Amino acid sequence: MTAALALGDDALVLSHRLGEWAGHAPVLEEEVALANIALDLLGQARVLLSLVGDEDELAYLREERAFRNVQLVEQSNGDFAHTIARQLYFSTYQELLYERLARGTGPFAPLAAKAVKEVAYHRDHAEHWTLRLGDGTAESHERMRRGLEAHWRFTGELFEPVEGCEVEWHTLHDAWLTRITSVLERATLAVPEGPRRTGWAAGAGRQGIHTEPFGRMLAEMQHLHRSHPGAAW
Amino acid sequence: MTTMAADAGAYEAVFDAALAADERIEPRDWMPDEYRATLVRQMAQHAHSEIIGMQPEANWITRAPSLRRKAILMAKVQDEAGHGLYLYSAAETLGTSRGELLDKLHSGRQKYSSIFNYPTLTWADVGAIGWLVDGAAITNQVPLCRCSYGPYARAMVRICKEESFHQRQGYELLLALSRGTEAQHAMAQDAVDRWWWPSLMMFGPPDDSSAHSAQSMAWKIKRHSNDELRQRFVDICVPQAESLGLTLPDPELRWSEERGHYDFGPIDWDEFREVLRGNGPCNTQRITQRCRAHEEGAWVREAAAAYAAKHGKAQA
Repeated sequence: MTAALALGDDALVLSHRLGEWAGHAPVLEEEVALANIALDLLGQARVLLSLVGDEDELAYLREERAFRNVQLVEQSNGDFAHTIARQLYFSTYQELLYERLARGTGPFAPLAAKAVKEVAYHRDHAEHWTLRLGDGTAESHERMRRGLEAHWRFTGELFEPVEGCEVEWHTLHDAWLTRITSVLERATLAVPEGPRRTGWAAGAGRQGIHTEPFGRMLAEMQHLHRSHPGAAW
Repeated sequence: MTTMAADAGAYEAVFDAALAADERIEPRDWMPDEYRATLVRQMAQHAHSEIIGMQPEANWITRAPSLRRKAILMAKVQDEAGHGLYLYSAAETLGTSRGELLDKLHSGRQKYSSIFNYPTLTWADVGAIGWLVDGAAITNQVPLCRCSYGPYARAMVRICKEESFHQRQGYELLLALSRGTEAQHAMAQDAVDRWWWPSLMMFGPPDDSSAHSAQSMAWKIKRHSNDELRQRFVDICVPQAESLGLTLPDPELRWSEERGHYDFGPIDWDEFREVLRGNGPCNTQRITQRCRAHEEGAWVREAAAAYAAKHGKAQA
């Protein structure tokens, strides 16, 4: 179940990053919204990982190299614009992917049909903030631009075919780029230029190659569970 | 008597009659200035407690030891943000904006519940907060569902429903630890030992030294005295602790046939006053984190306002 692991890890890791915002959001409404998105993603992760095995063993006892999430979702939160840029790229991708999976006959169709409604809200939330920040003040515009630039190099990986997902990845990519371009235009922002993946031939997240912040994230996430081998919680 | 004084007298008579008949006071009704001020103070303190109270629990979100527990904890912290929203909105019905109240919290002119100045040192503290702190909060808050001020009472109905879920998850978390490995059991006992006395302090000073109690009772904002509620809480907790297989750290705790209640030992009111005065283990940390989140979010709120002004839409 390569696909369940890949999609499950995407949701698990992004949920964790969003959970780090609790108590730090810029406005009370965003405490609620970011937690809500994190909870939706955690729910998706639990369903997907359970297709592969025991959800807790998979989340807490795998080493960094065994995770199959894209590198985009493991990136640190940064400021609010940084988080929104990551969310915009990912939610737009996830919505398009789940729409396609929901229409198919594969094992993910029921999950995708349910999740796509949640993800549409995540994408809408990210788009609205992209508009407000891009077309807000000079400072917010600059911060949003930096957030989009910083994550651009992780967007190529999103469209690498995942074994077990019957999707036309080319058209998924084109739909993604059209949608992102349109949102950024409305937000008075430019589509970033530059490479969309690193030149390292070893690969990226789907091959179990991650970025440095990910190891620290897992150390924190797994520490308590691993300190009490075999315990039930 | 001037006409205005006569009018005020007539308004006051209507207000008093409504209280006497156990009717709700609504935002547009006349009310005494002190009644309004008391409510704003109490609702603000309650709202502040919800948002500061997110911190000690959020401290464990990234380390929750199972995905199920993580989901429960995130949902709980999210509920607390939601409670803050309802309560700030309820306070706004009395003409005080959220921004004003937050400024008072950040500058130390308004308080939040002192319980959140204690640290969450282990995972079991998440359980102890749910069982004891939320349990004490519910004991305090259920009577507020019948508070004389309508918007506050209605907000409390919704809040109490969610709080009772929070209390149950705390109890259930502790039960799992208590029945778990030796190390887990010890972790649960240690957390209960640390949270028990501060939880009893949540009901406020004893009745004979409570500054605002008598007037709040007369206005039907408060329905029971601090000591009555504290006793009710102790009576609920003792059998629950037994079911949990945990002890409460009070050698004087025993059933009194004569009173029909549990007797309990003296509370350290010096500690209570010290923590209230700012000298608790986490007072500075909590308020510093709150102020930092607010300051670091200023550019986001400014951007939303600027966007709304340009596009003529309501702010985010």
